[in-house]
Amino acid sequence: MPDDPNTTLDQWAERSDYKWGFVTDIDADTLPPGLNEEVIRVISARKQEPEWLLQWRLGAYAKWKEMTEPAWGNWPDHDWRPIDYQAISYYSAPKRDEDRPKSLDEVDPKLLETYEKLGIPLEERAALAGVAVDAVFDSVSVATTFRDTLKEAGVIFCSFSEAVQDYPELVQKYLGKVVSRTDNFFAALNAAVFTDGSFAYIPKGVRCPMELSTYFRINQMNTGQFERTLIVADEGSYVSYLEGCTAPQRDENQLHAAVVELIAMEDAEIKYSTIQNWYPGDENGVGGIYNFVTKRGLCAGDRSHVSWTQVETGSAMTWKYPSCILKGDDSVGEFYSVALTNNYQQADTGTKMIHLGKRTRSNVVSKGISAGRGHNTYRGLVKILSGAEHARNYTQCDSMLMGPDCGAHTFPVIEVENPTSQVEHEASTSKIGEDQIFYCNQRGISNEDAVSMIVNGFCREVFAELPMEFAVEAKALLSVSLEDSVG
Amino acid sequence: MSLLEIKNLHACVDGVEILRGINLTINPGEVHSIMGSNGSGKSTLARVLAGDEAYEITEGTATLNGVDLLDMAPDVRGREGLFLAFQYPVEIPGVSTKYFLRTAVNAVREHRGLDELDAFGFLKLVKEKAAWVQLDPALLDRPVNEGFSGGEKKRAEVFQMAMLEPIMAILDETDSGLDIDALRIVAKGVNKLRNPDRGFLVITHYQRLLDYIVPDVVHVLLDGRIVRTGDKELALELEEKGYGWIEKITSTSA
Repeated sequence: MPDDPNTTLDQWAERSDYKWGFVTDIDADTLPPGLNEEVIRVISARKQEPEWLLQWRLGAYAKWKEMTEPAWGNWPDHDWRPIDYQAISYYSAPKRDEDRPKSLDEVDPKLLETYEKLGIPLEERAALAGVAVDAVFDSVSVATTFRDTLKEAGVIFCSFSEAVQDYPELVQKYLGKVVSRTDNFFAALNAAVFTDGSFAYIPKGVRCPMELSTYFRINQMNTGQFERTLIVADEGSYVSYLEGCTAPQRDENQLHAAVVELIAMEDAEIKYSTIQNWYPGDENGVGGIYNFVTKRGLCAGDRSHVSWTQVETGSAMTWKYPSCILKGDDSVGEFYSVALTNNYQQADTGTKMIHLGKRTRSNVVSKGISAGRGHNTYRGLVKILSGAEHARNYTQCDSMLMGPDCGAHTFPVIEVENPTSQVEHEASTSKIGEDQIFYCNQRGISNEDAVSMIVNGFCREVFAELPMEFAVEAKALLSVSLEDSVG
Repeated sequence: MSLLEIKNLHACVDGVEILRGINLTINPGEVHSIMGSNGSGKSTLARVLAGDEAYEITEGTATLNGVDLLDMAPDVRGREGLFLAFQYPVEIPGVSTKYFLRTAVNAVREHRGLDELDAFGFLKLVKEKAAWVQLDPALLDRPVNEGFSGGEKKRAEVFQMAMLEPIMAILDETDSGLDIDALRIVAKGVNKLRNPDRGFLVITHYQRLLDYIVPDVVHVLLDGRIVRTGDKELALELEEKGYGWIEKITSTSA
């Protein structure tokens, strides 16, 4: 593909046998690979976006062009596959039902086997495997019931595209307020080309009556590789949001660069839980997703609370630091993470806790598990600014190693500008011992059960933060991800 | 049929031969004791029987109830009813003892074709068996062996044995590090488990344990071989004359 950004889409269309020519037919399913202003205009037009949003995208793109891909990630055991940004197709309409598998019989049996192991209900398996949903069960009715309940409470929960149409003033007010459109290379790319994602707004004083989950937007799950999520919790409200699911999701894209922004007003609380299980590549490290995500929460109001919980088991490479900006006095930021790397997976993840307000508190618990030739890096920043009187941070960072070829690394950074603050950091590294496995075996417990028991024990503080059902799934997921890694 | 039958068992670790032809037959209901000085191969025998892969078996056979034991994976041996009370039980952080044991008990029960024990039935059993060795039930909410004193670890091993009801139990220096009161308690627990179907192999350094767990047969292990077999009197004689005596008489007879 040509790199010349001046090439028009028409010229491309001719060269790439693109038979529809999208300028005249913006209903076309997929744009040919490549990125330039024209592509961004097409995406924006296709989504019927207001002018300000188009300009916002273009501004991000202009900046992105001047930025260079960061190279500071810690990937000791992975051959970096360069990302060819001009080889990515930046717009792809959701697959039409006739192009999808008609039933589970047409789905890769190995995928189904994994669903089975994870105990995923039959009807959900179909949706996850990309089977035309209507052919299997009526997802619309589920979604409708769900929406009605939320509507009664006044909660807005919809796809990002819908929000742009239906609540443009809210989107315009908050978009890019926590993660600016030029925050970093991948965030800028996302701002330029994001295609969809989720939007939630919890009005003042409302306790969201149910956990919000993309699960309930199952028919809109293919939000693409540049997903954007914005959650705003107004004064005194509460919401718990679940992202992702344990089932391995099929995806041929190499790069995922999502952006998540959370804003909690005075006395509001947002609990954001993620289970990430994108394709990790095969056991030789071939293929797999690059998951380079920017997630940040702003505790804007006094006594606000943002809590991140993540279970990361997928992707060939993970690069993300869900962070909290503790601006309001007495606000609280939390980060609970389990990151598991097996085979050739590499994860460089952690958090940033930026203390601005008085008596702000943050709590960080990170559990890294490395197996095979996997490497796990914890990278964290605790920054206490001069105005953050009596701020407190506690960080606990534990690593577990399985086998001789994996690695665990930690890069904690602490910057304190206020002498009244308290910062604690604890770290440990342990090895899952053959003697522990043998002990379990001796009592009649199989290798697999032993490993899963020991690993789950190691992660218990993080799992305790997950909603009950999610926690059960997460446990099963760890076991499946570690299969055959011991004994 | 004998319960445990070991014939000409040789095993080595890192190329060094530790067991050099063990022959041993234990019948149902019998308690055998193996005594020997440090490095004679006592613990190696226990771990080899349990299936520790650190040891390489170079020759010989071992059967449990007539079935080839050496061919089974360690967890299968456990489910088949072989139990080893470890000399140094490992700690498993984060895994509560109760949860661990329930998984083990149910794995064994499943293997025996029994129903899973529900939470209520399990806790009832825990209470009953913990009392046998005067183990504080509060300990069982802690991670496996974590923060247990030396004596508590040994009592916990016997407690686990009582929970799992093995057919062949091996105790590897369960008496080491125990004071006399704890020793009595542990022995009492073991004696409660003695029955006509169950076999015991009690490995010890000292005769004093055998005052409380009275063995039917005593073997003396030296340099990886059983050099003498007798009854309880042999243990007393050994205590009196020391291991040097055995070495001496063995080298004379050799």
